[in-house]
Amino acid sequence: MTRPEDVLVQRLGEAVVEQVRFRDDLTLIVPREHMLRALEIAGSTGFRLLTDLTAVDRHPAQPRFDVIYVLTSVEQHARIRFMVHLAADQTMPSATSLWPGANWLEREVFDLFGIRFDGHPDLRRILMPDDWEGHPLRKDYPLVEEPVEFKGHTPKVPSEIIPKSKPKLL
Amino acid sequence: MGPQHPATHGVLRLVLELEGEVILNLEPVIGYLHTGFEKEMETRTYHQNIVFPPRIEYLATFIEEQAYVLAVEKLLGITAPKRAEVIRLILAELSRIASHLVYLGTAAIDLNVTSLLMYCFRDREEILDIFEMVSGQRMMHGYFRIGGLQWDLPQGFAERVQRFLDDFPRRLDEYETLLTDNLIWRKRTEGVAVLSAEDAIRYGCTGPVLRGSGVSYDVRKAFPYGGYADYEFDVPVGSNGDAFDRYRVRMDEMRQSRRIILQALRGLPEGPILVDDRKVALPPRRELVRSMEAVIHQFKLVSEGIHPPAGEVYASVESPRGEKGYYIVSDGSNRPVRVRVRSASFNNLQALPVMLRRGTVADVVVAIASIDIVLGDVDR
Repeated sequence: MTRPEDVLVQRLGEAVVEQVRFRDDLTLIVPREHMLRALEIAGSTGFRLLTDLTAVDRHPAQPRFDVIYVLTSVEQHARIRFMVHLAADQTMPSATSLWPGANWLEREVFDLFGIRFDGHPDLRRILMPDDWEGHPLRKDYPLVEEPVEFKGHTPKVPSEIIPKSKPKLL
Repeated sequence: MGPQHPATHGVLRLVLELEGEVILNLEPVIGYLHTGFEKEMETRTYHQNIVFPPRIEYLATFIEEQAYVLAVEKLLGITAPKRAEVIRLILAELSRIASHLVYLGTAAIDLNVTSLLMYCFRDREEILDIFEMVSGQRMMHGYFRIGGLQWDLPQGFAERVQRFLDDFPRRLDEYETLLTDNLIWRKRTEGVAVLSAEDAIRYGCTGPVLRGSGVSYDVRKAFPYGGYADYEFDVPVGSNGDAFDRYRVRMDEMRQSRRIILQALRGLPEGPILVDDRKVALPPRRELVRSMEAVIHQFKLVSEGIHPPAGEVYASVESPRGEKGYYIVSDGSNRPVRVRVRSASFNNLQALPVMLRRGTVADVVVAIASIDIVLGDVDR
């Protein structure tokens, strides 16, 4: 039996530059300009539910952002992930024309990462206050303790309680 | 409407554009409870992060913990011992019942069936007592560990759960007679807040909202996790996609949860409750006095934490509100690079304007109750 993921990979053909398989999760890496088309093909292959749309900030690595789409086929019980590498100054095409449900998800990515989506009908902040400055989930956005008025208080950042270790090479 | 309004089940603001009683336009405004959990989780070790999930969706606490630890276990490529898995499953299903009871009580009180809220909270309190017995906490347990559980079940747990479940169907039937055959309840929920199957999928709805619209998608069946494949249960599905169908789906789900717990209690295996992997789980106390290696492992785990291999995983569970997913990116260090919480309430709430197209103001209350949002989950 051919699995829906394989059918999709075949249909996408050249659009997929790389396939990453980790712990049974299949991630297809697609260039930015093919993404919308790839989503459309995925949608018509049975992956009709846009489960998640999010981003990762790889700062200081380049390209800086990854935008991730998780699609589910509710009938065939299959799941697939798309990933797009995005430079800091690039925008993404909006998926709202394919899934109206992408609306809020893209607003959230814009709000927290500052990635703009072209063709989005209403790209505003969604979780943070409208007048907020900066995009909190960016790696160069520090997490600090709010200043307090007490004397003799040294602010303690939670991240310093257990320091970050270097990645272990396996 | 809102942000402080008893019918919004949290801090939610709705901007309504009306023509008399009829809604022309509706826009939910969210973010009032945004606390930056995802950012916080990037600054702590995998083990420290266990405290956050139950605070995100505070009505189904054990399911949240289960979702997070399963995602980290997937990243590590390990599975918890069978006994730990079954205990998690029992507690998760009890959480589901507790959460649906809150839905039932609050949905009923929104339509002025005040006594039901008290009944539901009485039953939920019994479940929370069981949780307290197991973990020491009613809600923010921190009982699940990466690779297992903190400690084994206390004495008398099975009897206590059994006692609760023995009486539960009778009570559930009683609540159903209060509502299902209640003319006002039916008139206010049938044909109200209708969402077609097509729209539900297009808006990314999951859980009882999607199943109420007739799509049989349940993560427990579609992508079995945590031992669900071993148990028999049905996935209740509605047909009209209205508030009444969502109510029916949740009522049946409580019965199915009971069925799962009964099977799990009967087949609860003996054995360890934590993996025997010294890079993941703390060594047992008795080893510390004998083995230098155990002391080193203990020290490394406490002072540095777990180091999963670099990679990215998405793992999801079926929460009472739908698909709850954790997407974790690891670079091989002791902290995640990114933890993304895929919340079901967020997507379900987005479909609210569709449900209420040309509806009336009074239906807004019914619709919000019927999607059963947790605003902590929406805003994270």
